[in-house]
Amino acid sequence: MKPNTQQLNDFSTQVRRDILRMVHAVNSGHPGGSLGCTEFFVALYQVLMDRKEGFDMDGKEEDLFFLSNGHISPVFYSVLARSGYFPVSELATFRLINSRLQGHPTTHEGLPGIRVASGSLGQGMSVAIGAALAKKLNNDSHLVYSLHGDGELQEGQNWEAMMYASAYKVDNYIATIDLNGKQIDGTTDEVLHMGDIKAKFVAFGWDVLEIKEGNNIEAIISGMTEAKAKTGKGKPVCVLLHTEMGNGVDFMMHTHAWHGKAPNDEQLEKALAQNLPTLGDY
Amino acid sequence: MKKYINTGNKDTRSGFGAGLTELGQKNEKVVALCADLIGSLKMDDFKKNHPERFFQIGIAEANMIGIAAGLTIGGKIPFTGTFANFSTGRVYDQIRQSVAYSDKNVKICASHAGLTLGEDGATHQILEDIGLMKMLPGMTVINTCDYNQTKAATLAIADHHGPVYLRFGRPSVANFTPENGEFVIGKAVMLNEGTDVTIIATGHLVWEALLAAEKLEEKGISAEVINIHTIKPLDEEAILKSVAKTGCVVTAEEHNILGGLGESVARTLSLNNPVPQEYVAVQDSFGESGTPAQLMEKYQLNSQAIIAKAEKVINRK
Repeated sequence: MKPNTQQLNDFSTQVRRDILRMVHAVNSGHPGGSLGCTEFFVALYQVLMDRKEGFDMDGKEEDLFFLSNGHISPVFYSVLARSGYFPVSELATFRLINSRLQGHPTTHEGLPGIRVASGSLGQGMSVAIGAALAKKLNNDSHLVYSLHGDGELQEGQNWEAMMYASAYKVDNYIATIDLNGKQIDGTTDEVLHMGDIKAKFVAFGWDVLEIKEGNNIEAIISGMTEAKAKTGKGKPVCVLLHTEMGNGVDFMMHTHAWHGKAPNDEQLEKALAQNLPTLGDY
Repeated sequence: MKKYINTGNKDTRSGFGAGLTELGQKNEKVVALCADLIGSLKMDDFKKNHPERFFQIGIAEANMIGIAAGLTIGGKIPFTGTFANFSTGRVYDQIRQSVAYSDKNVKICASHAGLTLGEDGATHQILEDIGLMKMLPGMTVINTCDYNQTKAATLAIADHHGPVYLRFGRPSVANFTPENGEFVIGKAVMLNEGTDVTIIATGHLVWEALLAAEKLEEKGISAEVINIHTIKPLDEEAILKSVAKTGCVVTAEEHNILGGLGESVARTLSLNNPVPQEYVAVQDSFGESGTPAQLMEKYQLNSQAIIAKAEKVINRK
């Protein structure tokens, strides 16, 4: 049975605690984008994706997800662990020596749930397209999902991939763009103004829809359900997900400062006080 | 000296095309991707026979490597095809992260490697690709010497799980290895046994090494000739066994002296049995326009150069 909204919100709050505690413990990592995409990951893994029990690399007869902006690994790891891919206790090894939870996600250490390494930006869309093509060859009607940062769209490979996906009608694929408007050096408008991203995707032949409230679990489920309904119609589908970097922690919002910075002891305490335990800490 | 018969000049890229055609018929997991060079890579037959398993990516090599990595997720065995320059340097980070580090079963098949691409000039004549690829952990690096061996290697790499870089070329060269011969990845091929010097060659320089050995024999020098088609993993046992007998080495390759076969051999020797070594390779420069024969002569990548280096290295023993 699918969890209800309250359960999903509780899940999200616990994921936020995981993210904050993970990056604090090693004084490194990327909390901002992780907090901003928390509801998206929870909705994807707890509601939207048709997943098999266990994990195998080929992922036949199930939906697949690829994280292209690998630096938001804390949210990915927390949601994977709490969705049953590996023990929640392993979150305590994030970024430590000999851990499967590398700074950026990788298949190299055999962590269940990860199908390709990401971190060097701009590569995930091509990989997701390849996986979607394999599904078509295998007569597997399941979908492929991916997530990308908005700043990440500055990498040229994305535009090669976007062109290909529409030209060859890769319509079993939903790419979501995390539109938080921020990157390391400032706002995306300041660093490299990308113009009208929606118009660009439309011009590249994609079916585009927006989720204005990207930190509202019901809005995400509703928007992504609409996106699923657009698959299979000859066009790749793009979801522009408007999120707030640092969402859920008041002093981490409305700034790009927490893109890649960990909270100190005092800041952690303050942040955790705004996100009380729901499922138990790791 | 053992005699080798050239059964007629052929291009190695056509060996790749023939191998891919055969793979298409016998292994339905094999898929092929090309970045707007179907004719140059001889992928026409595969495309014609298996249009559903062929992906024309357009002039977008980074996307091609990423899509190939993705196709492995779902059990496919992707063969990518473009020129060596665009198969390696242009897409190094895509290969590094999405293929090598992710241990994806992608076969990167690269034609027009080295100087023998000819008239197009240095923008297209990569001489650094062996080095780039051998530095990637887990990458197998193969440089075949003729049509038959390229076909055999193409078939063999489909059965090997893991990323492979298969390097071949454009010009018609002697075809002298056995038709439908066995290709064992990582296993050197002993072409001629000798006692005075070991010539270790790869790619188009293997035939030149045989020509050199014939001339050396006329001069009373007994040359051992080894075809190293797999640069990584290197058949160190075969190399060390040979130098234990001959006491010196000439390496020959159509690649920069930095980062190529010669350096791999030198590392093996320095760790195990330091003996004199001379290099037939490009001396840390770019190429230029010209016919393949003119370029191989100008850059000293031919049998005459191998003979000169063999005589020199014997004197250093």
